[in-house]
Amino acid sequence: MDYVIEMIGITKDFPGIRANDDITLRLIRGEIHALLGENGAGKSTLMSVLFGLYQPDAGEIRKNGAPIQIKNPNDANAAGIGMVHQHFKLVHNMTVLENIILGVETVKRGVLKMDEARKKVVALSERYGLRIDPDAKIEDTTVGMQQRVEILKMLYRDNEVLIFDEPTAVLTPQEIEELMHIMRGLAAEGKSILFISHKLAEIKELADRCTVLRKGKCVGTVDVGPITKEELSEMMVGRKVNFSIEKDRAKPGEPVLTLEHVSMRSRLHHKLLLDDVSFSVRRGEIVTIAGIDGNGQSELVYAISGLGAIDSGRILMRGEDISKASIRRRNDMKISHIPEDRHKHGLVLDFTLSENLVLKSYQTGEYQNHGFIRFGQVEKHADELIRRFDIRSGQGGATIARSMSGGNQQKAIVAREISLEPDLLIAVQPTRGLDVGAIEYIHKQLVAARDRGCAVLLISLELDEVKSLSDEIFVIFEGRIVAQLDPEAASIQEIGLYMAGSKRGSAS
Amino acid sequence: MKKQGLRNASASLIAILAGLLAGFVILLVTKPESALQGLGIILKGGFNNGMKGLGQVLYLATPLIMTGLSVGFAFKTGLFNIGAPGQLMVGGAVSVWVGCTWKFLPGGVHWVMALLMGMLAGGAWGLVPGFFKAMLNVNEVISSIMMNYIGMYGINFLIRGSAVFDSTKNQTKNVLAGAVIPKGGLDKVFYNLTGNYVDVSSVNAGILIAIFLAIVMYILLNKTTFGYELRACGFNKSAARYAGISEKRTIMLSMVLAGALAGTAGALMYLAPSSGMHIHVAEVLSAEGFNGIPVALLGLSNPIGIIFSALFIAYISVGGSYLQSLKYMQEVIDIIIAMVIYFSAFSLLVRDLIVKVGKRRAQRSAGGEGA
Repeated sequence: MDYVIEMIGITKDFPGIRANDDITLRLIRGEIHALLGENGAGKSTLMSVLFGLYQPDAGEIRKNGAPIQIKNPNDANAAGIGMVHQHFKLVHNMTVLENIILGVETVKRGVLKMDEARKKVVALSERYGLRIDPDAKIEDTTVGMQQRVEILKMLYRDNEVLIFDEPTAVLTPQEIEELMHIMRGLAAEGKSILFISHKLAEIKELADRCTVLRKGKCVGTVDVGPITKEELSEMMVGRKVNFSIEKDRAKPGEPVLTLEHVSMRSRLHHKLLLDDVSFSVRRGEIVTIAGIDGNGQSELVYAISGLGAIDSGRILMRGEDISKASIRRRNDMKISHIPEDRHKHGLVLDFTLSENLVLKSYQTGEYQNHGFIRFGQVEKHADELIRRFDIRSGQGGATIARSMSGGNQQKAIVAREISLEPDLLIAVQPTRGLDVGAIEYIHKQLVAARDRGCAVLLISLELDEVKSLSDEIFVIFEGRIVAQLDPEAASIQEIGLYMAGSKRGSAS
Repeated sequence: MKKQGLRNASASLIAILAGLLAGFVILLVTKPESALQGLGIILKGGFNNGMKGLGQVLYLATPLIMTGLSVGFAFKTGLFNIGAPGQLMVGGAVSVWVGCTWKFLPGGVHWVMALLMGMLAGGAWGLVPGFFKAMLNVNEVISSIMMNYIGMYGINFLIRGSAVFDSTKNQTKNVLAGAVIPKGGLDKVFYNLTGNYVDVSSVNAGILIAIFLAIVMYILLNKTTFGYELRACGFNKSAARYAGISEKRTIMLSMVLAGALAGTAGALMYLAPSSGMHIHVAEVLSAEGFNGIPVALLGLSNPIGIIFSALFIAYISVGGSYLQSLKYMQEVIDIIIAMVIYFSAFSLLVRDLIVKVGKRRAQRSAGGEGA
């Protein structure tokens, strides 16, 4: 077989955890190879080893059959290996073209030769169908174009092995289609592609072969063609996964949260971000706000949680006006909030896990005594949540949150917010970036919270999630609620039309 | 964890050695024949002059601990308090004024009251940049630099026209006997005896107060809910807000406390007239205030670490002062001391270098085994 890259017996230890344990992965020239695994299974570590960001403790890497040493990303680049990170590495106030040539500029007597670079970039973008504007500044471009710039960076450096770390996590459905098309084109031109994912549908559609990791070990490499999604997920999680959500019909009680004609303007250019929004969430139901990203969902959540101020209207919590209440007051009224941005709002990354788990309750009598933190109690609490919610980390509660994998960070936030036993739970894209096992778990937790009598307000971009989880759907478009739908009756296509703004219904 | 502590300590030591080397070069350039002897004197530091020398180290370290705590504490909460010199001067001036004019207070109470008022005044001076940062998001570096100059000129102006001004010496008068920081028995330890003459060092109970306050700050930061809020704010303001912590209140309180610590430095300095410390009416910001920055950096902002870094800088300064015996000019001595302090501030950089070199070594040996 014509292997372009072989990683043989790779082992990598971190303090308290073996991230990769004797993993072997062989990449055939011209194939699209998926790397599948749960959060914390060791996918990113393995790719970082290949890209020279980490040094393996054991094992070797071969290129075209010959062993090579990759000590840093420059070595990787010299070996023809390029990587698109999940969070793009671009200079925001430079142009697309400048970003692509950064580090490999053609220079003549100290002067940049931009014309040659431009020609090469334009030729590459046409050849692979990567639509870009070479002179646009990165900060003005869409996420999709930024990703294409990252791909062009690899092509410009004549890389032949392309690593993608969860490339679809940040894209809209249309952009995902386009990316898949591009990736197929690259493979057809002889490039070899490795991509990290935990979206089974995507792997089924795109990949030729798939290597599955579980808890740092390699479960196996399979041909994707004959295998089913269920089999793949069983390999990944180690047990059968239930895709459908089991829940009884909601038995809604009295309203917990009510919004009356809430409007919010942008401080910057006075555009209406929320436009006369009214709805209510009752005890024991899951209400979903569906919409394309950036249509006012974030602002809506800020308004309810107190992170942003509203301009007009009223927000009522159990009948009490909280429009101007402090965030602490709202937290005390048993509003929990799983935030959209877990690094910005959800966690203090330099705190330990146990410190993060009491972020909202450190001031209660349970965890402090005359102003002194009761560390014993805090650690006990952390141990309990780690056990109950299966949060995996190197050193238990003493682990610094920054060193945990994204999925486990999210689990920690969910654990903290649900353990507060809220009356209102605001969950913003709670399963983003998580693997099927964790998604299943979080969905169950949301339904359990509902059945306990909690009012759940879910903000989601994933239509499958919206349809299967909600008891009532509101569609938001440009800051307005444009439709109120029954999840049983509405089809995904119909919800999609409302989300795109091409259909308007009545919002009662 | 142990390894990390060791790495931090060795980083600080390497930085210090580099500073000494640079200082040695200057000694060589200015007066080559006594350079080696000079280096010896610097290294011998506080041990040059018996118990009095050691006492001087403690005396000089006292304000440095306080300003180091001031800067380091603000660092921990994500703020850069470059306003320590101003806070120190305002705190010192108020304590001198109280020490000179509040004659109605009895001896044991007078110095405590003067100290407290100095602390309060420093806190008030810190509140101003804190308030603007919290309410209007004005950069605290700019506003506290301006507060430094307002403090210095304001005090010069007010002192000149007041009852505490000694016009013949162009400085403040001695505070009353009851307002002087007590010796706390330290004068019975740190002195030299030449014949019948007892040469007492300037050290007083201030060093005990400074160490006590450092321990208090350590506990406050690491063991209390207030410290939890401060650190949460310092690491991630958005998450602190999300958790319901009022970041405005936290920023203001943090600057008030930082100011109070620097104000205490001023009070401890100027409530000891026998050591010759007075507020001069001159256009100079106090060096002790600025030196809080390298002290905090060298101590990696840890209150306990700051005690030791302040002691070190005081030790080197005392050593430098004895260089005069070799006829080095005062300016050269100041430059050498400044070099050592300057290089000390690189300890963070050195720490990262150690990590990098260690990694490369590990890789090379691993590669060797493989081949």
